[in-house]
Amino acid sequence: MSTETGRAGERTLFGHSLRRLILYLVLLGMGAFYLIPIETGLMTSIISPGTYSGNLPYLPPLEPLVSGTGAFSLEPWRGALDGLGQGLVNSVILVVPATILSGLLGSMAAFGLTTISWRGQIGIYILFVAGIFIPYQAVLVPLTQFWYNIVPLRSMFEPLAALPLVETYHWKLLALIITHTAYGLPICTLLFRAHYKKLSDEMVEAAQLDGASIATIYRRIILPLSIPMFAVVFIYQFTQIWNDLLFALTIVQFGDAAVVTQELVGIGVSQSGTNFPLRMAAALLAALPTLLVYIFFGDKFAKGVAA
Amino acid sequence: MRNPLTILRQRLAAHREVRADGGTATEAGSILDRDSVRSAPFWLPPFLLIGLFIYGAIIWNIVLSLTDFQGLGSPDYSALDIENYVIAFTGGTPSWSSLTVDPVWNAAWNTVVLMVSFSVVCLAVGLVMAILVDQEIRFENTFRTIYLLPMSLSFVVTAKFWLYMYNVETGLVNLILGAVGVGPIEIVQNPDLKLAAVAFALIWQFSGYAMIVYLAGLRAIPTSHFEAARVDGASTIRMYWRVIIPQLRTATVSALVVLTVFSLKAFDFLFSMYGGYQPGPSADILATRMVREAYANGNWAYGSAIAVLLFIMALAIVAPYIYTQYQRGEL
Repeated sequence: MSTETGRAGERTLFGHSLRRLILYLVLLGMGAFYLIPIETGLMTSIISPGTYSGNLPYLPPLEPLVSGTGAFSLEPWRGALDGLGQGLVNSVILVVPATILSGLLGSMAAFGLTTISWRGQIGIYILFVAGIFIPYQAVLVPLTQFWYNIVPLRSMFEPLAALPLVETYHWKLLALIITHTAYGLPICTLLFRAHYKKLSDEMVEAAQLDGASIATIYRRIILPLSIPMFAVVFIYQFTQIWNDLLFALTIVQFGDAAVVTQELVGIGVSQSGTNFPLRMAAALLAALPTLLVYIFFGDKFAKGVAA
Repeated sequence: MRNPLTILRQRLAAHREVRADGGTATEAGSILDRDSVRSAPFWLPPFLLIGLFIYGAIIWNIVLSLTDFQGLGSPDYSALDIENYVIAFTGGTPSWSSLTVDPVWNAAWNTVVLMVSFSVVCLAVGLVMAILVDQEIRFENTFRTIYLLPMSLSFVVTAKFWLYMYNVETGLVNLILGAVGVGPIEIVQNPDLKLAAVAFALIWQFSGYAMIVYLAGLRAIPTSHFEAARVDGASTIRMYWRVIIPQLRTATVSALVVLTVFSLKAFDFLFSMYGGYQPGPSADILATRMVREAYANGNWAYGSAIAVLLFIMALAIVAPYIYTQYQRGEL
């Protein structure tokens, strides 16, 4: 208690209440700066396109009460759901397995490179870490060559398409799942390694003394202790993969397997101009899964990005 | 076998004794007893995956950049030369095309301008906000959540929001400018403002990240340092400048590396903002140029060469960072 107040006394930049007030005003102003583009988008997305005038786009549509604000309608959201529906389904098919795979493999790699220590592992680990910073452009042409000309995934999928729920174009999503798993591994490994370094060695040593195999140590000791980190890693990977455009653009290219970010690029533009309510509804719909994850698990997301 | 790490030797000594008692293993156990091998089922499959998809692809890309691969068909690896790099630096008509190809200087310059302006402003905004949030404020978590919110969005989504904000007739930016008697001005298609508009939107998205990193850095500084500076009679601003900010160097470097790499990835944003591969010369960056050459023009090998240049830029930033981290034992 006393240290807390002492710390506050020493560290407070703004001494008296006027300064305190200015501090809060600045913080609120910055909050408004970060929220207004999203708020304006949300308000515009519930205006009936026919009554949209573009005046006061940040106000809710209160048309006959306040003129010029447009009338309320869910039509843009229905249009967005129509336009993005297939993309949303494809994105889910992509994101769920890619997130789980990269998280699981990242945890295993971090275990083999941290909890079990051996000479030379740091060299292997550096190759993992460096992978975080690779600009994707440096691998795009080989990836396209690999998936389209080297691996016959497409022909492998043709017989599978007879199965229910499987379509031939799903081969592109499988290619994307594997690619995202590989490129998500470095950051997942880094996050898990930071976690495993903090775990005490005693339990692992005791288990080794008892003659436990490495697989048993992982399953019985490390995996249960990794659960909080899995939450962080899954949230981070889910956001990253859901939000990606570049890999989808170069591996899926076009067609039925297009993911939601690809479909969002072209929505709401036509010969007759831009349909802003539809476009804002589509942007929010595409962002909705990551926004919900962020709103409910924001602290874990912050942990992931700060690592 | 001998294991050279003394810590490990100590740790395993007891283990070996137990096994020696069992009479199955000896000090000169086979190579299969090494921990590197025994833990291989865990680290080797992920390592092979990144080895193939990341490092294999990078090497393949370098080889591709030496070919004349263009259009449909498959690359011919029999004749390798550095022609694409010569073209990238000087421009001209390459042997694989009948058209003149522009050098990459314009895109490279835009890349550097975007990278520097975006990361410096992000760091400055992030630092100021971290100091403000660190003033024992109420609702700190709420403020932090709001500031970091844009980072959870896709580049594609933020581009759509800012396209709307920048719109000449209905955009909020122009409404605000109109309120103070300026404009309306064309922003998104204005060659003089394009890059600044892109940088500003990216700063909106990522300055919250810089704040989070700085806030963690500030919290790691012992309270006694703040107190000592107080006792010395330093004014608040001087205290931060002289005592606190120098201690945030690690935070600055790690945030800087991450932000510069983010700016190299701004392709998604530009593609969404300009609805395709053509942001126009004043907002063209290497990331966009590379994808356009390869996927829109079919100049695969030339695109690969630009990708190698981009990779070298990223390496020049990241390699020293990883090396210092390694030396400090922080990896």
